[in-house]
Amino acid sequence: MKKIYFDHNATTPVADEVFEAMLPYLKGEWGNPSSIHWAGRGPKKAVDAGREMVCKFLNCADIELIFTSSGSESNNLAIKGLSWAKKDKGNHIITTKVEHPSVLNTCKALAKEGFETTYLDVDADGLIDLNALEAAITPKTILISTMFANNETGVLFPIKEIGAIARRRGVTFHTDAVQAAGKTLLDVQGLNVDLLTISGHKLYAPKGIGALFVKRGVRLTPLIHGGHHERNRRGGTENVAGIVALGKAAEIAGQGMAKESERMLAMRTRIEKGMQERIPHVKINGHLEKRLPNTANISFEFVEGESLLLSLDMKGIAASSGSACTSGSLEPSHVLTSMGLSNEMSHGSVRFSLGKSNTDEDVDYLLEVMPAIVERMRNMSPLYAASK
Amino acid sequence: MYSEKVMDHFSNPRNVGEVKDADGSGTVGNAACGDIMKLTIKVEDNKITDVKFKTFGCGAAIATSSMVTELVKGKDLNDAEAISNATVAEALDGLPPVKMHCSNLAADALHAAIEDYKKKAVKS
Repeated sequence: MKKIYFDHNATTPVADEVFEAMLPYLKGEWGNPSSIHWAGRGPKKAVDAGREMVCKFLNCADIELIFTSSGSESNNLAIKGLSWAKKDKGNHIITTKVEHPSVLNTCKALAKEGFETTYLDVDADGLIDLNALEAAITPKTILISTMFANNETGVLFPIKEIGAIARRRGVTFHTDAVQAAGKTLLDVQGLNVDLLTISGHKLYAPKGIGALFVKRGVRLTPLIHGGHHERNRRGGTENVAGIVALGKAAEIAGQGMAKESERMLAMRTRIEKGMQERIPHVKINGHLEKRLPNTANISFEFVEGESLLLSLDMKGIAASSGSACTSGSLEPSHVLTSMGLSNEMSHGSVRFSLGKSNTDEDVDYLLEVMPAIVERMRNMSPLYAASK
Repeated sequence: MYSEKVMDHFSNPRNVGEVKDADGSGTVGNAACGDIMKLTIKVEDNKITDVKFKTFGCGAAIATSSMVTELVKGKDLNDAEAISNATVAEALDGLPPVKMHCSNLAADALHAAIEDYKKKAVKS
């Protein structure tokens, strides 16, 4: 059976070049980069080179980057680290209702320590109101954290504008750019950001490596106390192979991004138009323009997302859904319900997220099989019968 | 995550639809949790002679709906009433733990349909 992967926002395969680049550091160059002897020299060089490549990708200085284990750790370090370091200045954080759980639950955890968080609403397009953001800032506000691009819908927040407000009001600004990395330009110099999160496995590097950009002068209290690693900001012997992999992945992502984005956009447009032409009662979720080029989030009215995913899986197609059934919780997607979608429409959403491996033929196949899948599920649905 | 039996009932659901001139009809669940099941039954001589379902929901919701129709077809009402959500899950070789309480409502729909039948029977 054909196997087609439309779930690149969940994770990406490790690119061949990345795999090749990291191999020597799993076998052969196994030394500790902190050692002064022969065994440590190669790994040390590799860590430095990896850091340089990631810094080039983000346009920052090498002292402004901390390697972590994941996007979640980077988000935790940014939010907890900054809040702890600034707790004498204030206790107020501003974020949005549509953030990744590693941001939302970190803010929730900080509530037990006396920090208060304002969760900004989004409109039907998934965008925040900058006036509401500005109005939410108080003398106690120490941090604004908003994602760069939404993982479920691909909706892009106006990071530069949010950063400008934060800067003007003297508030530190963190952005979770895990989904944006490799899909849109991340130049921290032009973005007015103080802290920025990226993750390896969304970028064709393996799981287990992430990074946090920390603007010079921004102080963080570490999450992991240990040795002198990462300039005393994150203890733990470096994940040498992971750092090499992230460096290589960043280098590749930086090349030809514009062309790849165009290719994604063309495929995404075909998927969305094709679904709308072939299937009645579908809705595209998220602002139609202000979105990552690779993400399509589509609600199929009267049917439930997990059923659609199972049916797609039986045809070899991997995708994901905002249905409660796929999240392990009983609630449908907090992102879609925050945008005002009904429970049914949130449950009936499917996310197709494109990546390097996808071709026009993949899109053809998806458009070929999807109408019958939706029709079959609708014929079983009491909601569909009731609508007619 | 699903057993072969669940996938079989999901792929080839039995008794989809609505019984014509149904003697009893039961709808359970809600859109918030993502599962809505509607079961319709035909009753003759205290026996369920026909049963059909329509379900909005996940794989487990559809499979349990399909399974319950198989379990009760031809059974008398007392036996049908004894069927619980746990019986249905068992007949499917189990469900993932998270699905046990949210998508395992098929027996509730059956009981609602029988209840409905009994109410109508009293009136007529």
